[in-house]
Amino acid sequence: MRTCLALVAGSLAAAVFVASPAFAQKQGGTLRISHRDNPPSASIHEEATISVNQPFMAIFNNLVFFDPKEKVNSPDKIVPELAESWTWNPEKTKLTFKLRSDVKWHDGKPFSAKDVKCTWDALIGKGDEKLDIIRKNPRKVWYSNLKEVTVGSDTEVTFELGRPQPSFLSMLAAGYSPVYSCHVSGRDMRSKPIGTGPFKIVDFKRNEAIKLVRNPDYWKKGRPYLDVIDWKIVPNRSTRMLGFAAGEFDMTFDSDVTFPLLKDIQAQKPDAVCEARPSNVNTNLLVNRDAPPFDNPELRRALALSLDRKAFNDILFQGHALTSASLLPPPAGVWGMSKEMLETMPGYAADREKPLAEAKAIMTKLGYSKDKPLKLKVATRNIAIYRDPAVILIDQLKQIYIEAELEPIDTTVWYTKIQRKDYSVGLNLTGLGLDDADTNFYENFHSTSDRNYTAYKNPEVDRLIDQQSAEADLEKRKKLVWEIEKKLIEDGARPVINSNVANTCWDPKVKGVILQHNSIYNGWRFEDVWLDK
Amino acid sequence: MGAYLTRRFLLMLLTLFGMSVLIFVMLRLVPGNIADILVDAAGIADPKEKAKIINELGLDRPILEQYGQWVGGLVRGDLGFAYVSERPALEEIAPRIPISAKLAGMALFFSVVIGVPFGVISAVRQNTALDYFLRVISLSGLSLPSFWLALLVLMASVHWFGTIPIYSNEPRSFLQEVGLLSIPAAVVGFRSSALVMRLTRSSMLEVLRQDYIRTARSKGASQTSVNYDHALRNALLPVVTIIGIEAAFLVGGLIVTETVFNIPGVARFLVEAILWRDYPIVQNLVMLIAFVVVMVNFLVDMAYMALDPRIKYAD
Repeated sequence: MRTCLALVAGSLAAAVFVASPAFAQKQGGTLRISHRDNPPSASIHEEATISVNQPFMAIFNNLVFFDPKEKVNSPDKIVPELAESWTWNPEKTKLTFKLRSDVKWHDGKPFSAKDVKCTWDALIGKGDEKLDIIRKNPRKVWYSNLKEVTVGSDTEVTFELGRPQPSFLSMLAAGYSPVYSCHVSGRDMRSKPIGTGPFKIVDFKRNEAIKLVRNPDYWKKGRPYLDVIDWKIVPNRSTRMLGFAAGEFDMTFDSDVTFPLLKDIQAQKPDAVCEARPSNVNTNLLVNRDAPPFDNPELRRALALSLDRKAFNDILFQGHALTSASLLPPPAGVWGMSKEMLETMPGYAADREKPLAEAKAIMTKLGYSKDKPLKLKVATRNIAIYRDPAVILIDQLKQIYIEAELEPIDTTVWYTKIQRKDYSVGLNLTGLGLDDADTNFYENFHSTSDRNYTAYKNPEVDRLIDQQSAEADLEKRKKLVWEIEKKLIEDGARPVINSNVANTCWDPKVKGVILQHNSIYNGWRFEDVWLDK
Repeated sequence: MGAYLTRRFLLMLLTLFGMSVLIFVMLRLVPGNIADILVDAAGIADPKEKAKIINELGLDRPILEQYGQWVGGLVRGDLGFAYVSERPALEEIAPRIPISAKLAGMALFFSVVIGVPFGVISAVRQNTALDYFLRVISLSGLSLPSFWLALLVLMASVHWFGTIPIYSNEPRSFLQEVGLLSIPAAVVGFRSSALVMRLTRSSMLEVLRQDYIRTARSKGASQTSVNYDHALRNALLPVVTIIGIEAAFLVGGLIVTETVFNIPGVARFLVEAILWRDYPIVQNLVMLIAFVVVMVNFLVDMAYMALDPRIKYAD
């Protein structure tokens, strides 16, 4: 009996030990991570690159956040952060947040609803010009439906929308939507930002390092576990990989490990934990539809039909990339079309002969042939991840009597060039900050967007985008989203080649890393990460 | 001599002025400015936001006014504000100078310490196995690209020693710093040492055939004395010239080495600043490099006098 009781007591103690994270996770230590390049600034609202999000997200908090314990970001996985709770009015045009009252900025000043108003006022162009907390706003279109932010009290703030928009909450939950402080200037936010998050910035040495230390006054008690996060900026990828293999870094930069490199890492550091996941960055074609010869929709269709997505995937990703339209397909993506649906779309079928024959027939009809090819330049950013698919594209275009030449464009003038429409065909990479239909469609395909690089205009698509945006029923909305995707494919709006997949690796002593599988831009608070040593 | 030095100093000032005009004009001829790039980096091309940044940075002011402001600042020791980091340019540049200077200094030291003695040995032992071996080494030094050699060194280090000699933390002691910089310095210095070795060899061979060397030998001077006291001193004149030129070219070699070994020096920072069109950083750094080159040339000229007493700079 005594043995039995001892066993029960032992089992209970073991169960408590396993169930309670406080017993398992260890406090302290320095996490060393390599960074691929120099972040343009530390101001997340002003930038559009993972180079900024990954190191600086840990300084901030959002009102709400995608549950960091879940791998897939979806509207039903949103949890409170600086907000304790939220409510919609019956018309779904007013979203009111009840805020936490125990939050302080890193400089000791209290956080309040005024800070929330100040941040989103700046984002919709109503900010205090003297403070100038945001100098440029790449996601202006996200908040085009936001009319006003009103402060009820220090702990209550309301977002007033022009019309119902269920995705609005998801946008606030994205890594790109931190709450900024009213009392810190834009210049400071770009170089040494103040936040409410689990880590404080100590140093941002350009081209060298970023150092974050634990915020001892963090409102979430017991977090973060790490004392320091030490980012080293290492522009050379070979050095980064060798540094990781030699134990100089505990973790690689997100999605930095390509499939060929993964083999090297596994050979040099067999105990490394590596995870492949979609980056929600897709490779796509930009076609200048306003200038001859691609003002002819038939020619654009031929171009889209000529794409052999499998060849791109096999060569560049060893078959790991995902075939997709503009939104990431399930199971990683929430909104994209399934593989079966995609296969029914023009140019997506596994059998390549039929679409290729159709593309050739169109070209022949337009007067092109092997002896009389269409000559053009394929413009792309002069970076390997852009150039490599562009070279494959050029090879594939030969099949439909297009003789193309690569035109590598200096990365610093790439967007200016495409904005000016100074290209015929371009190869581009588009990263989605959030796996969401609204952000994707409004950013990339709505006729009013600055980032609709091909200036695709279709009033019917604009109407459908607005319609899906206001639809509260998730299933009905998905059907509208797929209808839009289908139209975009048929119109050759921005033919997507595939959605990229890449690896991130870390040392086995690093625990608590949960990579988000439908956005590389989210989930980098590092508050649950700890070192087992 | 005094008048010569004054003339030389004025010429240096004139050269630096010419350089400043050239740097300023060339930078502005390159397509794209910081506003384009900042906005491009965010994936947008909003003309209003771009115009605002241009105005904030003073890029819409007349070009002469911008030039005057820069040169005036240089004279006062005010290098302006870096466009990207929005911090004083001096604060950005100053901490990086000692790192690159030490690296360049060590690389130059390597090239001289290895290049000159081996060049002499190679000449003295002309057409022996040792000569052939040293010539192969020097040829490989000239033909191996620095970035490739640097990567090989890193890979070998990880493979055999399980460690990587990159600059990931600020060294805590002088010895640690020397240890950390010696490998990249050797990689950079290897190429220069090959050049110095080849030039020392050919120069020595020429001098060793001179009459005064035969005279020294016939007077009973030892072989060491002939080689080092009589021949080397005279053979060094072209070597000193090439060391001066190499010192200027070292910056180019440092770009690759600083990138591969992740050293936060001036050269890597300069490339980054050029990509961002961060004019205050680029202008001031290029001026600094120009100043170093001008000074090295001056020192080389002075070294001629020390090496060959027949050389006099007339007033």
